[in-house]
Amino acid sequence: MATKRHIELGLSDQDILDMYKTMVVARAVDDRADILVRSGKIPFTVLGQGQEGAQVAAAQTLVAGRDWVLPYYRDVGVVLAMGMSLREVMLFEFGKADDPNSGGRQMPKHWGHRRLRIVSQSSPVATELPHACGLAWAMRLKKEEGIVWASFGDGVVSKGDFHEALNFAGIHKLPIVFFCENNYYAISVPFSKQSPVPSVADRASAYGMPGVSVDGNDVFAVYKASLEAAERAKRGEGSTLIEARTYRFAPHTSNDDDRRYRSREEVEKWKRLDPIARLFAYLKEHGLLDEERAAAIRSDAEKEVLEAAQWAERAPDPDPASVGAYVYAQEGDAHGR
Amino acid sequence: MAVKNVLEAIRATMFEEMERDERVFLLGQDVGRHGGVMNASMGLYDAFGEERVVDTPLAESSIVGIAIGAALGGLLPIAEIQFGDFVLSAVDQIISEAAKMRYRSNNDFHCPIVVRVPYGGGIHGGLYHSQNVESIFFSTPGLKIVAPTTPADVKGLLRAAIYDPDPVIFMEHKLAYRSIKGEFPEGAYDLPIGKADVKRVGKDLTVIAYGMMMHYALGAAEQLAEEGIETEVIDLCTLLPLDRETLVASAKKTGKVMVVHEDNLTGGIGAEVAASITEEAFMYLDAPIKRVAAPDIPSTPYNPILERAMIPTQEQILIGMRELARF
Repeated sequence: MATKRHIELGLSDQDILDMYKTMVVARAVDDRADILVRSGKIPFTVLGQGQEGAQVAAAQTLVAGRDWVLPYYRDVGVVLAMGMSLREVMLFEFGKADDPNSGGRQMPKHWGHRRLRIVSQSSPVATELPHACGLAWAMRLKKEEGIVWASFGDGVVSKGDFHEALNFAGIHKLPIVFFCENNYYAISVPFSKQSPVPSVADRASAYGMPGVSVDGNDVFAVYKASLEAAERAKRGEGSTLIEARTYRFAPHTSNDDDRRYRSREEVEKWKRLDPIARLFAYLKEHGLLDEERAAAIRSDAEKEVLEAAQWAERAPDPDPASVGAYVYAQEGDAHGR
Repeated sequence: MAVKNVLEAIRATMFEEMERDERVFLLGQDVGRHGGVMNASMGLYDAFGEERVVDTPLAESSIVGIAIGAALGGLLPIAEIQFGDFVLSAVDQIISEAAKMRYRSNNDFHCPIVVRVPYGGGIHGGLYHSQNVESIFFSTPGLKIVAPTTPADVKGLLRAAIYDPDPVIFMEHKLAYRSIKGEFPEGAYDLPIGKADVKRVGKDLTVIAYGMMMHYALGAAEQLAEEGIETEVIDLCTLLPLDRETLVASAKKTGKVMVVHEDNLTGGIGAEVAASITEEAFMYLDAPIKRVAAPDIPSTPYNPILERAMIPTQEQILIGMRELARF
């Protein structure tokens, strides 16, 4: 029997089983969201199947409510790991009034949840990275513990805000983990047309920070790199740029047709590297899980997700009279300051 | 009461508020040891140190983006843009992020930043150190835009902007920095954002302006008074949200309205002012609303003769007012 990588990394049997379950639930969320679109129940969703391993492993190093988390729109695994409930996720898919992310104002999966310190995200990419710097600056001035964690896709590395943020973070050794989920496509544009260097991590040297490239479908590799980056940040040694090499099995969103730009053979090749299947193989090898219990985890996840979706579908829509609310602070507003 | 110019008023107000509230901090290019290319932050670095007077890289998008993040983290940032012309690099951060933060999060997050934007021509700044950028932000609900031009108004509105729970673009006319002097109120002096100020009371016509044009209008009003025509001059002070109530009330009183701005005619603030007054006070008007503004030219040219040909003058404003009064 091979060494137990999770034990070496300080993860208990329960930790790694919980991570596995969160990955399965995240997969079930996207699968259900896809069905909801296809059956005409919701107009749109973003899909991230295949990236759950990178997401959940990275999030395992964070502390909800202490660390600031800036996930991007594929990060179902991250927000679940940080404590967002399935009902909350499904309220967002349906754009309902009680959706804690945006009350039905944003497209699904543009996360934001103050209590969990998940920072509200927009659709223009990379704009959140300077925010990560500002949050780290605020933590420094307020002498708060914790770090800032920001994730993004590979398209982001082409944007000016990526450069500006990493530059500033590098200069001031800010406690930030920059986490790129490189799935090799910005919608249809392949990474080779996005970047002249083969790895996102190569860029880190320009910002005076370590750049680490890991197999993003290997939860242990991602966890190890993320933990080292988080500890480095907490020690005051500054930011780290992590590239988690992964793949999305589905199109960019429910409106995309990836057959236009990716061969089925390529997709199938990556599906054989499915992070959930790989973690299952590991857990089975170490006697922590078998096919029967894995099937039960999967069916429980699907059932919970379906129940959350059915509940969210019946939840109230926003009042049309509320369309003009919260443009500015209102009188007596708890968030007025 | 001490007399200060506009620049000294900005500096003194920032100093006072940074001393009073440790959440307030300043960031921007050259704001540190240099004291700012406009000298607005002179002395702040020595007083508050490099963590609260932050010299940033030359990168406006991140200057505003970092301010947004710091605001989300509980601070009250003042982001200095060196010249308004360069705020264009930060438009995504201002319009996509700051202005929409409260709305898109359904009031879960808000973004109390101030973006200080030195603007305006007449300083031989050429195309890229002279622009009036306010109309770019004017159609962005979620933002507030203030443009005070007296030292007292600067103090009252900068304090209001710093503690305002929403993002504020604080427009500073560069020509006003040293040329406009006045009383600087001591201690706590607040003015409400969203309120125009009647700077001169009159009964025959109303001139609505902001920035240097407001001072020119006041000058022209004195000249016109010698001809027996009494002009009401309204300083918008806040451009967004627009104080329609004060404007409409004055229009109803005088029946004749002129709007003046240094920004281009088309799509300028004056268009919205004129439309609002027409909607709400049409039956009170004795003449078409007149606009005096810069011609629709991309920006202010460098050569002083061309520059003077571009920017509305007190003489032009006076001529327009006289025409309107005689209509």
